[in-house]
Amino acid sequence: MEAKSERAPIKKNSGTLKVTTPSDREVAMTRVFDASRRLVFKAWTTPELMKRWLYGPDEWRLAVCEFDMRVGGKVRFEWRNPEGKSMGLSGVCREAVAPERLVFTEVWDEDWTGGETLVTMVFAEDAGKTTVTQTVLYSSQAARDGALKTGMEHGAAMSYDRLAELLTSMA
Amino acid sequence: MLETLQALAEPSRFQIVELLRGGPRPVGDMVEKLGLRQPQVSKHLRVLSEAGLVDVRVDAQRRIYGLRAAPLRELEQWIERYRRIWEGNFQRLDAVLEELKTKEKKGGSKKRKSAD
Repeated sequence: MEAKSERAPIKKNSGTLKVTTPSDREVAMTRVFDASRRLVFKAWTTPELMKRWLYGPDEWRLAVCEFDMRVGGKVRFEWRNPEGKSMGLSGVCREAVAPERLVFTEVWDEDWTGGETLVTMVFAEDAGKTTVTQTVLYSSQAARDGALKTGMEHGAAMSYDRLAELLTSMA
Repeated sequence: MLETLQALAEPSRFQIVELLRGGPRPVGDMVEKLGLRQPQVSKHLRVLSEAGLVDVRVDAQRRIYGLRAAPLRELEQWIERYRRIWEGNFQRLDAVLEELKTKEKKGGSKKRKSAD
């Protein structure tokens, strides 16, 4: 739909995903986006927009997306694959300050995170760019590490940033 | 793979692996660095060795442990798959944001109520 000469409008340098483990029970993921936080917040909280980018592994696509941004509001995400299988999570909105901050609980239908997790998202804007920090707090360290083992939980699967460092140093 | 994760999930063992990043070390040296007792360190090294994460070489009467890269490579490939999911998601989000920015520019300061 766009002119061919307009290729690659996405700046590679704004896109480094950083994963850290701020404490024994947390995994934090940071990413910078080249847009105002008002737009980033919008893209992150509007179901029609979220469905366009928040995919699961392989062919899994976001099919159900409910995000009631009121304290106590319902959160429901469901991904489906071409075979018609689904995996989902439910939660409750704890805090929503547009376009700065979102706090909500999450629990997967097949509870592979060892209980509910608390997700805190912070949107910080600086010079037209927005840094999004998504921190997932697990019920215990065992739960966090357990989530890593089952491998389905998004943040936890990448929590071993120190391992990546380790691998680099061994190469 | 699960064995690798289980071996690494224990904090002292993770520390041992991190210590061995710098190169092979004798047991006595690790005991000193970790502030653990020798039997504990030996026990952890046994688990790491069973998981294939370390190997041992005997030099005179000293046992020297070193890291084996294979199980860590396997783990890295596995983690990489999940990292790619998010990288992919965020690249798509970048594109959505570009579109929103363009739309706003075109729409000027006109405010439009959308049905969300």
